[in-house]
Amino acid sequence: MPSEVALARWQFGITTVYHFFFVPVTIGLVYLIAIMETLYVAKKDDRYKQMAQFWGKIFLINFAVGVVTGILQEFQFGMNWANYSRFVGDVFGAPLAIESLLAFFLESTFLGVWMFGWDKLSKRMHVASIWLVAIGTTLSAFWILTANAFMQHPVGYTLKDGHAEMSSFGALLTNPQLWYEFPHVFLGALVTGAFVVMGISAYQLLRKRHIEVFQPSFAIASIVAVAASFLVMVVGHEQAQYLLVSQPMKLAASEALWQTSGSPAPWTLFAIIHAGAHKNTWMIQIPYLLSVLSYNRLYGSVPGILELQQQMQARYGAGNYIPDVPVIFWSFRIMVFAGALMFLASAWGVWRIIRNRLVPSRRYLKWMLWATSLPFIANSMGWIMTEMGRQPWVVYGLQLTRDGVSPTVSAGEVLTTLIVFTVLYGLLAVVDLFLIARVVRQGPVEDDHGDESESLSPVAL
Amino acid sequence: MTLESFWFAIIAVLFIGFFFLEGFDYGVGILVPFLGKTDGERRLLINTIGPFWDANEVWFITAGGAMFAAFPGWYATLFSGFYMALFLLLVALIGRGVAFEFRSKVENPAWRTFWDWVIFGGSLLPPLLWGIALANMMHGVPIDQNKNYVGSFWDLISLYSVMGGVSMTLLFVLHGALFISLRTSGVLQERARAAATAIGAWATALTFLFVVLSYLETDMFTRRGIDPGVVPVLAGLALFSVQFFIRAKRDGWAFFMTGLTIVLSTITVFMDLFPRVMVSSLNPAWSLTIYNTASNPYSLKVMTIVALTVVPFVLLYQGWSYWVFRKRLSSDHPLEY
Ligand code: HDD
Ligand code: HEM
Ligand code: HEM
Repeated sequence: MPSEVALARWQFGITTVYHFFFVPVTIGLVYLIAIMETLYVAKKDDRYKQMAQFWGKIFLINFAVGVVTGILQEFQFGMNWANYSRFVGDVFGAPLAIESLLAFFLESTFLGVWMFGWDKLSKRMHVASIWLVAIGTTLSAFWILTANAFMQHPVGYTLKDGHAEMSSFGALLTNPQLWYEFPHVFLGALVTGAFVVMGISAYQLLRKRHIEVFQPSFAIASIVAVAASFLVMVVGHEQAQYLLVSQPMKLAASEALWQTSGSPAPWTLFAIIHAGAHKNTWMIQIPYLLSVLSYNRLYGSVPGILELQQQMQARYGAGNYIPDVPVIFWSFRIMVFAGALMFLASAWGVWRIIRNRLVPSRRYLKWMLWATSLPFIANSMGWIMTEMGRQPWVVYGLQLTRDGVSPTVSAGEVLTTLIVFTVLYGLLAVVDLFLIARVVRQGPVEDDHGDESESLSPVAL
Repeated sequence: MTLESFWFAIIAVLFIGFFFLEGFDYGVGILVPFLGKTDGERRLLINTIGPFWDANEVWFITAGGAMFAAFPGWYATLFSGFYMALFLLLVALIGRGVAFEFRSKVENPAWRTFWDWVIFGGSLLPPLLWGIALANMMHGVPIDQNKNYVGSFWDLISLYSVMGGVSMTLLFVLHGALFISLRTSGVLQERARAAATAIGAWATALTFLFVVLSYLETDMFTRRGIDPGVVPVLAGLALFSVQFFIRAKRDGWAFFMTGLTIVLSTITVFMDLFPRVMVSSLNPAWSLTIYNTASNPYSLKVMTIVALTVVPFVLLYQGWSYWVFRKRLSSDHPLEY
């Protein structure tokens, strides 16, 4: 049987990547819905209400899966990673608890109000509640990423009696890693929501149905997408530069750069990597580009994996500090290519809309159906690069992943839960897609009450 | 009060909020297939908790987060120790959470029946497991000198702990039935009252049996943390009075009293535990306490400031959401969602 560490890692990887299929859709869609409903309130045009309600249905199905998979995340640290929890709890627990207090309560309460409150609240209160949900999702992202940024780049702690103690909350909040990660993830989520709207709108526009709803939906989403996908590249670039400071090994791995490069350093577009032999054969390289990416100038060398391995051995003792190079190399490239494609696709859409203010061409719409998968690919690849690139550390430089597992949980138990959760999640995915497809096919409804109603007797004690 | 005690109290408050609020929505979930004879009625029953259940569940998530932040040692031992129990709890919560959203999206009766039973199971399992877990936390579980739980899942199951689970479940069903009687009118309200009457007696009897067993099985009554004084007595009185209020058709008071029972019993449990958080059955000295599992004072201070600033707002807007939906539900209008 695989070791407990291996199984716990698989479980964390599978359940978190899965959670993160739904998370960015939630974050991205809620802003688009908030914009649509604001337009409805401002312009008093019922079309925008129909739009908000239609996208709201998809949002709710997605949100439900986001919530239930999140609960699992919250307890997984204690279940499978007890020693990790003991080691970093002082530092890491705080952002998690604050996330619940500040974000989850806000999201869940006001989403309930929004779902069931179409006829119960004034228009202004109603649109305010969806904005509060949007703020909640963003706060949630911020606080969980504060926790994650600490694992990537620990700051604001002191080591005492074999565990990390928080010494500066301010340092946690000003962690540079956080201020790259949060905008990058948030913008990526906006792109995701926008591509979901564009993809579904494209489907309906191809069938020439409900054009009055889907044409403006497409337009709003493509404007958000073009801006966000441009900015996500800008932030991603700066984030990669920061890796040079925080985790040079991850950067070197993402380039499959075994030997320290010369100056200027070329960027590798494609390589056949022999991780065991520590070398690449068959590379396609673009001169100067790695220096440009790393330092924003035409010269400068980048440290290689083998040199960093030696440095880390000198610092942390004997061991293998090299992550899975091919995985890091390719996940990074796939993310970047997906990002670039999304920018081009949304820019093209915006340009068409500006030029003739009409429905984009059919061929383009067909492409957009496929393009809906791009943000999901980019998000997953981004996390795989970030998390697997940190290996063998679970908290960079402080705790090894293998030291973080629960001492009393057996591999058999982890395997059992891993199998059940994976099967359950698989089934959920099928049902989720089936329901979303149904909602899409049904299209928007003229006036959708979408809530319960009441008789006149109020509740009294 | 030390910061550790303060955080112990906060976690107690979060569990109280969780049991009070999710208590009724688990109860409603359990009752859905029985009280709702038609699809429309079942939909309406689910809608009584529709706007609230997720926010109620967040009390639990927050309790987990707060435990992680304030007492990482407790969080780590509890959830890695009660591994399989927590796993079952998570499966139940996953099923239940999506069922609320998925159920009404397809007209097919088999589809709806299926999700109604998922709601039932997903609402039944958590109080059962929580009762079992709490009983074990009081009774003591095998915890070694390294603060690790060294038993298995089956060590958690005993007559005593199962009694804890069953009485907690019945109490929640009663609480849920009374909540329904407050949020509905007509036949549903009648049925909810009838259910409350029927369950009320059982819930009362089993809860008292559980208290007696606690007396025999735990050291609650001998080596008290904080003397709970009249709190448990008041809990008992509140529970007794429920019967009376149901018969008098004072649903509001009856609901208030089951709520009070839940609140006061939870307080009793936490007072008895204090300053321990998990009792070791192997050696009392190996018990986890708020002192040997706590975060450092600086973390606790930061968390205190955050909690004191944020919690009042949370209470305000959550209270407001109940006020928005204060009217009773009826089926004269469309019941989407
Ligand atoms: C960048 C954003 C992000 C990331 C990295 C994560 N989550 Fe998440 N999570 C959200 C953003 C989010 C959200 C947008 O707030 C969700 C998604 C859908 C939803 O319902 O809320 C959510 C839901 C959600 C819930 C349910 C909240 C509720 O009941 O309303 C919990 C308990 C967690 N998450 C916990 C976690 C943990 C412990 C994570 C780390 C492994 C994690 N999430 C990663
Ligand atoms: C704050 C948020 C997060 C925290 C605290 C966190 C923490 C962890 C922990 C404890 C592990 C297990 C140890 C390990 O194998 O490295 C892990 C692994 C992993 N996480 Fe994260 N993670 C977070 C967010 C995410 C997200 C959102 C994703 C992706 C969607 C993700 C993807 C992964 C993957 C793929 C692994 C497996 C890595 C491997 O097997 O090498 N993580 N993370
Ligand atoms: C096109 C240019 C892009 C570049 C240069 C870029 C760069 C990076 C880098 C360097 C990381 C790793 C950071 C770390 O480990 O600290 C990362 C992570 C990530 N990327 Fe990208 N990225 C790009 C596009 C995208 C797009 C389009 C998306 C999603 C729509 C995306 C989503 C993510 C996510 C979710 C992570 C993990 C979280 C994090 O560490 O920030 N990226 N990206």
